[in-house]
Amino acid sequence: MSLVLDNIGLTAGQDTIIDSVSLTLRRGTMNVLLGPTLAGKTTLMRLMAGLDQPTSGRLLLDGKDVTGIPVRKRSVAMVYQQFVNYPSLSVFENIASPLRVARLPKGEIKARVRHAAGLLRLENLLDRMPAQLSGGQQQRTAIARALVKRADLVLLDEPLANLDYKLREELREQLPPIFAESNAILVYATTEPTEALLLGGETATVWEGRVTQHGPTSEVYRRPENLTAARVFSDPPLNELFVIKRGAVIETSTGRQLPAIGVLANLPDGRYRVGFRCDGATVGGGGAGMLGFPGVVSVTELSGSESFVHVDVGLGTWVCLVRGVHDWQPGAPAEVSVDMQRCFVFDTSETLAASPAMAASA
Amino acid sequence: MTRITLDGIAHAYTRQPRSEKDYALRPLHHVWEQGMAYALLGPSGCGKTTLLNIISGLIIPSEGRLLFDDRDVTRLPTEQRNIAQVFQFPVIYDTMTVAENLAFPLRNRKMPAAAITARVAEIAAMLELTADLKRRARGLTADAKQKISLGRGLVRSDVSAVLFDEPLTVIDPALKWELRSKLKAVHRALDLLMIYVTHDQTEALTFADRVVVMNEGQAVQIGTPEELFEKPDHTFVGYFIGSPGMNFLPARVDGNRAYAGGGEIVLGAGYPALSEAVRIGVRPDFVTLTPGAGLKVQVRRVDDFGRKRLAHVSLGGVPLVATIPADMQSVGTEANVSFDAAHVLVYQNEVRVEGIAA
Amino acid sequence: MMDKPTNNRAWFFVLPVLALVLFSSIVPMMTVVNYSVQDSMGVNNFFWNGDAWFRDLLDPTSEIGARFAGALMRTFAFSAAALAVEVPLGIAVALCLPRRGWAVGLSLVVTALPMLIPWNVVGMMWQIFARQDIGLFGAVLTGIGLPYNVTQDPVSAWITIVVIDVWHWTPMVILLSYAGLRAIPDAYYQAARIDGASRWAVFVNIELPKLQKVLVIAVLLRFMQTFMIYTEPVVVTGGGPGNATTFLSIDLVKIAIGQVDVGSAAAMSLVYYIIILTACWIFFTVMTQLDRRRDT
Repeated sequence: MSLVLDNIGLTAGQDTIIDSVSLTLRRGTMNVLLGPTLAGKTTLMRLMAGLDQPTSGRLLLDGKDVTGIPVRKRSVAMVYQQFVNYPSLSVFENIASPLRVARLPKGEIKARVRHAAGLLRLENLLDRMPAQLSGGQQQRTAIARALVKRADLVLLDEPLANLDYKLREELREQLPPIFAESNAILVYATTEPTEALLLGGETATVWEGRVTQHGPTSEVYRRPENLTAARVFSDPPLNELFVIKRGAVIETSTGRQLPAIGVLANLPDGRYRVGFRCDGATVGGGGAGMLGFPGVVSVTELSGSESFVHVDVGLGTWVCLVRGVHDWQPGAPAEVSVDMQRCFVFDTSETLAASPAMAASA
Repeated sequence: MTRITLDGIAHAYTRQPRSEKDYALRPLHHVWEQGMAYALLGPSGCGKTTLLNIISGLIIPSEGRLLFDDRDVTRLPTEQRNIAQVFQFPVIYDTMTVAENLAFPLRNRKMPAAAITARVAEIAAMLELTADLKRRARGLTADAKQKISLGRGLVRSDVSAVLFDEPLTVIDPALKWELRSKLKAVHRALDLLMIYVTHDQTEALTFADRVVVMNEGQAVQIGTPEELFEKPDHTFVGYFIGSPGMNFLPARVDGNRAYAGGGEIVLGAGYPALSEAVRIGVRPDFVTLTPGAGLKVQVRRVDDFGRKRLAHVSLGGVPLVATIPADMQSVGTEANVSFDAAHVLVYQNEVRVEGIAA
Repeated sequence: MMDKPTNNRAWFFVLPVLALVLFSSIVPMMTVVNYSVQDSMGVNNFFWNGDAWFRDLLDPTSEIGARFAGALMRTFAFSAAALAVEVPLGIAVALCLPRRGWAVGLSLVVTALPMLIPWNVVGMMWQIFARQDIGLFGAVLTGIGLPYNVTQDPVSAWITIVVIDVWHWTPMVILLSYAGLRAIPDAYYQAARIDGASRWAVFVNIELPKLQKVLVIAVLLRFMQTFMIYTEPVVVTGGGPGNATTFLSIDLVKIAIGQVDVGSAAAMSLVYYIIILTACWIFFTVMTQLDRRRDT
């Protein structure tokens, strides 16, 4: 039971919008499309739904070719970034609307709506009108409507993007168990790595109309096969460093020579790009297996419980994580310590050459 | 030099407010100093926009006085208050070029042309608008337009305050941090009093020297980002700041011990006898799963955030979120947690109780 | 979100409308085209006349050509005069209307009232209104010593027709402008106050640019309507004195019905039609081009 995208492509005039994407999305699994704005996530979803037709390739649902079959003849439900509800219908009727279209018996409708409302904690709001709901409640109503239909394919296009961060945080925690109950092929598009990690399942990283990696979410996160997958799956952005390795020494683009330790130790000589996430670097306090880079703080971003210190190290600006809330002042000198055990190394073709996971299994 | 004094400022929906519910903004005393950046942070409907409108002159407060230095401006119209404001959506003058847009507030005040050109160039350089100065403003992207709005807000050096009303709403997420840091740099370069309204904790904490956390018309805490994280004065601050927010456990407190969920938790300080609804608050960052020592808990769920893992556990039936240390490989259904005593705080009726001594 | 899949069946639903348009517009129009290339000798006795009607019409030295050119000039002059008054006046009134409170509804209804009166009734009202003996307008003007006489004096007749149109249709410009002004977010006014802008600067830099699109539509609609003016002059002045207020539409009717000169009238209405179409097209293109050029 699956949806297979077989070399799906979409071109408009000279522009390639989707570049031969092949994906297998299994039923009962959460499939996350992770990529920045305009990477092609929404277009991919529209192709899956049959809202647009691909210019090349085939779309197979449970082994049957469904390419070219219009959306109305497919069993698809969709949730959008904007809260789309019928303003003149109560929450109950909003959730029930796809079932009324399908002419289900009254008792069945009631039972299914109550069940979906229970999952999404809307039991006490069933008589309200959408205008009387908060953003989070409106989006939960839209999700309930998508789930109640029991469609083969449920597409969620950045459903939490328009919510305040507290609501987003709460729904991120509430959604995975709800989706786990569904037997549909679930596809969830997001720009946020954290969201992908919390949803689990499988993740495909999308970049400029291509899928650069597809696999179990935590594996893609811990072992990005190429530079774009690593970049897409990093927030704050991936810190990068060009090095030339010669024996036990690496040289940076400023000519500085450092010992080739950590993941770099066992690589053949050559040019590499080292990438590390913010948690692979910290400010001050170097230790064994760490390399120090002196720099100047450009800004400190404070989320509620973490500090992201942006440091200009002369090779670019890196983002370092410090737990808790600590305000480094811009312009202050700071030494960045990079944990060489937590770096990804990419060769000149931007393919993964070494990673912590590979080192651990070796 | 300007100092803004909020002298019992309050705003009620009705003429004769009877209860706290009748207030959009409950009485507030505070002094805001020149050269500092303040953020008003809270969920929608918390009163932050009402407070901003009182300062800008859109709303006349029903109680209290507003002083700019020693001048009472409570009832003065906006144009007599000598303030600048940046709005949620870009406000630009369509017919003008970027440079003319930036110069507009100065030209209206009859500043000499040479001085205007110099100041516009300075502000444009700060916001990286120099290349666009000669272009028509209306053809630019939303991001660039909002930068022009920011520039117009910052171009006058003689204003009492610059107000920002959720200015990053229309900015593409990928560019937000860039503008956040730009604003921070601008604040350091210009000696202005800035007031920034937002519902986003990262924006508020990153930008401001002092954050005013507001909820239900009340300023529940005014403090530095560190203070809000380390010592939330109110349970709402604990909940609202931090992702996820603080854990709160109903507890009985006796001296420097707290009893919650059937376990004994050591506190960082001693406390007087407390009677009414007492809860202890501790951030997930300061509760950690341990291999053996500590209180026994049932593990309900593990959330993997990549750079950190959090366990949702149950301590004698009380839900709790705890950090899983990086070196702990697998987590079973049962585990132990230990509390960082210095970061376990005590709340009575939602307000933090100061400890006496350890 | 454009979630509309392409579906050719949609054309099926548009068919009835297409059929209706075919019978109501295209067929009558082709009849006119048919007439314009034929001459008639008595009833139902037509013969081919080629482009003779058109050549005559567009030759200012011919009798019909001179007549046509005169009517055309008068019509353009009338449109220009009416627009020159109505657009600035409409914007000015819209700026003065209240923005909030109970007065909004009242003032909008009062403003809109003239538009609800049919053309011929307006004509009748003004015919009486303009009379020197009992008409308020005419009597007052005569009373204060102004040489006012609709039936004798071309200037009086012109002023009267323009005033009627202004009275009847400025409300449309007012309502459109008012809607445009209301659509400007409060933040713009607030920002302008903070920036220390004068009232005039607010008008020039905020209100007028934001009204531009609405004004294009207002000017276009008013141009088309004034260019086709018929009822009011017919009722009030009868196209006189002399032919001072004989506009194209009036002349057309005189030729077609008064003189039963069907071929000439058909040619005239086609040219008339093409002029309106071209004027609108030029107008629209220039306005949108202007818009685009300003963006870059």
